[in-house]
Parts: sequence; structure tokens; C-alpha cells
Amino acid sequence: MLNERKRKWFDAVVWSVSALFALGLTVDAAHAESHRYAVDNAAYRAECGSCHVAYPPALLGAEAWRAIMQGLNQHFGTDASVSDEKRAEITAYLAGASGGKRSAATTLRITESQWFRKEHAEIAATTWKLPAVKSAANCEACHRQANSGDFSERNIRVPR
Amino acid sequence: MNLQFTAAMSTTLLLVVASASEAQVPTDYLKSLETAARVAESGFAGFSAQRGRAWFNARHGTDWSCSTCHTEDPRAVGRHVTTGRSIAAMAPAANPERLTDAAKMEKWFKRNCGDVLGRACTPVEKGDVIAYLTSLKR
Repeated sequence: MLNERKRKWFDAVVWSVSALFALGLTVDAAHAESHRYAVDNAAYRAECGSCHVAYPPALLGAEAWRAIMQGLNQHFGTDASVSDEKRAEITAYLAGASGGKRSAATTLRITESQWFRKEHAEIAATTWKLPAVKSAANCEACHRQANSGDFSERNIRVPR
Repeated sequence: MNLQFTAAMSTTLLLVVASASEAQVPTDYLKSLETAARVAESGFAGFSAQRGRAWFNARHGTDWSCSTCHTEDPRAVGRHVTTGRSIAAMAPAANPERLTDAAKMEKWFKRNCGDVLGRACTPVEKGDVIAYLTSLKR
């Protein structure tokens, strides 16, 4: 009888500890996931992040970033020129942190990459046209924490 | 929170607010615009907030005016017309950081004049729009 009770206690303790451990791991993984695309270059944030979210460097390849940084005076229809000094710094940062499998191979527009289209296939055409969205470049319309590099599912709120 | 700490915090806050409201357009930059304006226009008689206001809201041969993104009230938060990104208020009355850094002002004049006018802004246009923005009160 005593043994039985002891074993129950033992079981309870083992289960609680495992549960806490598992929870810890999950939280940790979620934390890593939520900041996977963090941008940690002040010049890039300041120079590029005023007009659009400072897109995670991993979303394009090094060559694409270099091409974009070469043509800033005609940047998707606007003049986004920066000083030569800043351009060199930002180019080096973007190329160094550029991406692999998720990067767009054939286009300079992240939103035209196969990866982007696949990830956003479930979004209705009407949603893209909502005033709150306006453009596929407006990550923050749905990815509310995009600016801190958090594109995780749990921080998505699609406007209606 | 103890009283001393609260007092210290309030004092710091007051100092921050006071120094922020004193933020000014760099005098060197304004002077260089004035000098350039005199060279460009023989009858130049000073920058005009009124001209600046009209210019800010007008279109100049493209689809956009300054107010397209910055709204017709530069004390309000704007929104980038293509990307939808929010743009902090332009008028120093609403945003004391504005117009305090000459290099930053030149950078944005280069970018935005190109987009809105299809050319560089003249010294008079720059001075006028600065006069307009700084004339706005809260």
C-alpha cells in the first residue's frame, strides 16, 4: 500500500518535471522561430526601413541584393538613393546575411519569388487590395511583428 | 515608487521635453539655402511659409504631391503611398526630431523631389517648405 502511494508520487513528479522541460523547449523554439528574421544593421534599418519594412536579408540571394543596391536611384519606381558610404555598408551586410533556399533566384522582387507565392497562396486576391494592405510589400499589414523579424504564424492577423 | 524617484523622473522628463521643443533647423543649412536662393533669384525676398504650404499640397507634373504621403496636415502621421508604411509627422511641432539634421534633410530632398517633381528641388522650394513646416503650431 505504501509502495503504491510512493510510486504514484514518483510518477507525478516525473511527469511534472518532463512537462515543464517540454514547455521550456517549446517556448525556446518559439522564441527562436519568432526572431529568425531579425535585422541587426542600423544603417539598413534607417536607410531602407523608412519606406518599407527592412526586409529580412535571407529573403534574397547576395547577387540580387547587390543588384538592388546598385540601382537605388530607380528603386521600384522611386528614388531611394543613399550615400556611397552607406551603400557600401548596407550592401556588405545584406550580401553577408543573404539567403539560401528561400531566396528569389530570378527576380529582385521578394514578392514575386516562388517561395513567397507558395507561402501566400491561401490569401485571397481581394485581401491584397484592402486599403489596410495596399501592397504585398506591406508585410506588417498581416505580420504584425514583422519589424522585429517575427513572421511566425501566431503573430499573423489578416485584415478583413 | 518612492517620491524622490518620481521627482527625479519628472525633472528628467521636463528637461527632455524642454530641449526637444528647442530643436531647430541647423542655421548653417538655412544660411546656405538663402545664399543659393539669392544667386538663383535676383528678386529673392526671403522664404515664405505660405508659398511652402501651397507647394507642399500641389502636384508638380507627376501623380504625387508631398501631401500624398505626408497628408495635407504635416502634423499628422503619414503613409507611404506604395508600401503603406507609416511615416512619422513632418512638422517639428508634432515631431521634434524633424528638420534637425541637414544631411538627412538633403537625403530626403534628393529622394522625394525626384519622385514628386521629377527633378531636384530649388533652394527656394526647400527653404519655403522648411518655413511652412516650422510655422505650424501644435
